[in-house]
Amino acid sequence: MVKEKRICLKNLGKINPESIDDYIEAGGYKVLESAVSRHHFEIIDEMLNSSLRGRGGAGFSAGLKEKFTSESCLRCEQKYLICNADEGEPGTFKDRIIMENDPHLLLEGMLIAAYGIGASKAYIYIRGEYYKSIEMVKKAIDSARKRGFIGKNIFGSVFSVDVEIRLGAGSYLCGEELTLLESLEGKRGYPRIKPPFPAEKGLFGFPTLINNVETLATIPTIVGKGSEWYLKLGTAESPGTKIFTISGDVAKPGFFEVELGTTLRELIFDLAGGMKDDKKLKAILLGGAAGTFVDETVLDTPTGFDSLKEKGATLGSGAIMVLGEDKSVLNVTQSILEFFKHESCGKCVPCRVGTDRVARMIKEINNGIYQGESGLDDMIYEAEYMAKTSLCPLGQSLIMPLRSLKRYFNDQF
Amino acid sequence: MDNNLVDVFSLFDGKEEELIPILQKVQNTVGFLSNDSMEEIARFAHVPKSKVYGVATFYAQFRFTPKGEKHIMLCRGTACHVKGAPRIQEEIENHLGIKEGETSKDLKHSMENVACIGACSLAPCIMVNETVEANLTPQKVEKLFLSKGKNK
Ligand SMILES: Cc1cc2nc3c(=O)[nH]c(=O)nc-3n(C[C@H](O)[C@H](O)[C@H](O)COP(=O)(O)O)c2cc1C
Ligand code: SF4
Ligand code: FES
Repeated sequence: MVKEKRICLKNLGKINPESIDDYIEAGGYKVLESAVSRHHFEIIDEMLNSSLRGRGGAGFSAGLKEKFTSESCLRCEQKYLICNADEGEPGTFKDRIIMENDPHLLLEGMLIAAYGIGASKAYIYIRGEYYKSIEMVKKAIDSARKRGFIGKNIFGSVFSVDVEIRLGAGSYLCGEELTLLESLEGKRGYPRIKPPFPAEKGLFGFPTLINNVETLATIPTIVGKGSEWYLKLGTAESPGTKIFTISGDVAKPGFFEVELGTTLRELIFDLAGGMKDDKKLKAILLGGAAGTFVDETVLDTPTGFDSLKEKGATLGSGAIMVLGEDKSVLNVTQSILEFFKHESCGKCVPCRVGTDRVARMIKEINNGIYQGESGLDDMIYEAEYMAKTSLCPLGQSLIMPLRSLKRYFNDQF
Repeated sequence: MDNNLVDVFSLFDGKEEELIPILQKVQNTVGFLSNDSMEEIARFAHVPKSKVYGVATFYAQFRFTPKGEKHIMLCRGTACHVKGAPRIQEEIENHLGIKEGETSKDLKHSMENVACIGACSLAPCIMVNETVEANLTPQKVEKLFLSKGKNK
């Protein structure tokens, strides 16, 4: 039976998250202390060697992003680090668990990353409805500042940084990194066009590194224990651990941090206690609304960014929503498509009109009044042109769940 | 100017980039964003009032009418939907006699839909002010909102 392997959650339940002394006693802020005495290139090299892939969903190399940001301009008066804690993907609550249970681990990771790229200001952008997380992170920042871990000349080095909390205002799209920048600048949450990438021109036009909470919370362990140690965990394409959040028709829904490569079967049947009331498994929605549906044929595939992609599936944010035999895949699809329609910002026509059209189509299909020949094919047709012409990843995402339905649940339509 | 606003503004520099935190703080202190508040915010942040409205109306969090004493946020996330959130919403609407987006006449309750609130393993759930009410059933809803319930 598979066991959890906790890195981001290593202190969960073992320390009082409100006590900086508890965290320090558990070895906390030691890695920051040694990091600021090393050359910042060494820190970035360690991150590059660890092959850590971003945990916010896209799985881009964390080390490379740090390298680009640190090198994009050497004489900038300002660089920024941003922690993306806007966690809005339905079914995902891993970042909340980290912030509520070990806010100092996240802070230490942010400070090490800020040192690595040479940022003098860091923001943490937290989902506005996450009251407890906000409170915990606020307290952590205050006590770290009192100890001199945040502020000027940290541990007697030349490194100085300040950390500020900003709260999300109820827009899923603002979790997208470029939109998050607009929001931080006090504007409407309309996406920016890439390029330029944030590593060159980010917040207020300065080089900016944006990482997810889980990515940043992994950094103290990687820099502390070394990339070689870290690389022994997980799989070759996706090393390390990942927090999965399991909801839906399982006996014990919750969060589980395991090595990547763990199969969905192990996650659902060993850790989450199997199906609720011995129902039969019908479908699994991986990665939330911008994710993919799969069936039981994927249960034994090792989890990883590329291994799941081969199956037309996504790892995404690590959300696993389990649907029993009594649930309707079409009904869930309707909920997802309505979500996209609601969250589309309306800036570009393909997505503004497309999300509305597709939501209307699935409603008609579910009500049995759809006129066309194949509702699913028609929706995929719409979503494909949206993927090609939409301005930002939101409008480009609808194709993911729809294509997976074609592959695994065509018979349901 | 309203004293509340004076207090809020004293926490900021009045820069445009602070617009969202200012709006959040004003809403938290006063309960909602009145037209007068919006005018003062515009003056304080040195931007046109239309810009303040532009930003505030974009984000779901901001409200321009008062909230109820008990503000109910209904999760419309996928996990809650699968576990019967629409039924729960119906029950609450029946109990309180208001619909999503409305505030009751006595200002006791208001209700809005929000995206997944990150408590999916406890679905279906709602938030009443800052408390999550989890694993809801029609029976539980009844208990919460009936005459002796804690949220009546
Ligand atoms: C519509 C949309 C919403 C997103 N929401 C989040 C989010 O809530 N949290 C997050 O970390 N990343 C989110 N992302 C991904 C970010 O754009 C970005 O890739 C991520 O923060 C990078 O961090 P990482 O490299 O550590 O994964 C979202 C992307 C899109 C397109
Ligand atoms: S794709 Fe959708 S969310 Fe993105 S900019 Fe266009 S309308 Fe807005
Ligand atoms: S879907 Fe309701 S809390 Fe996540």
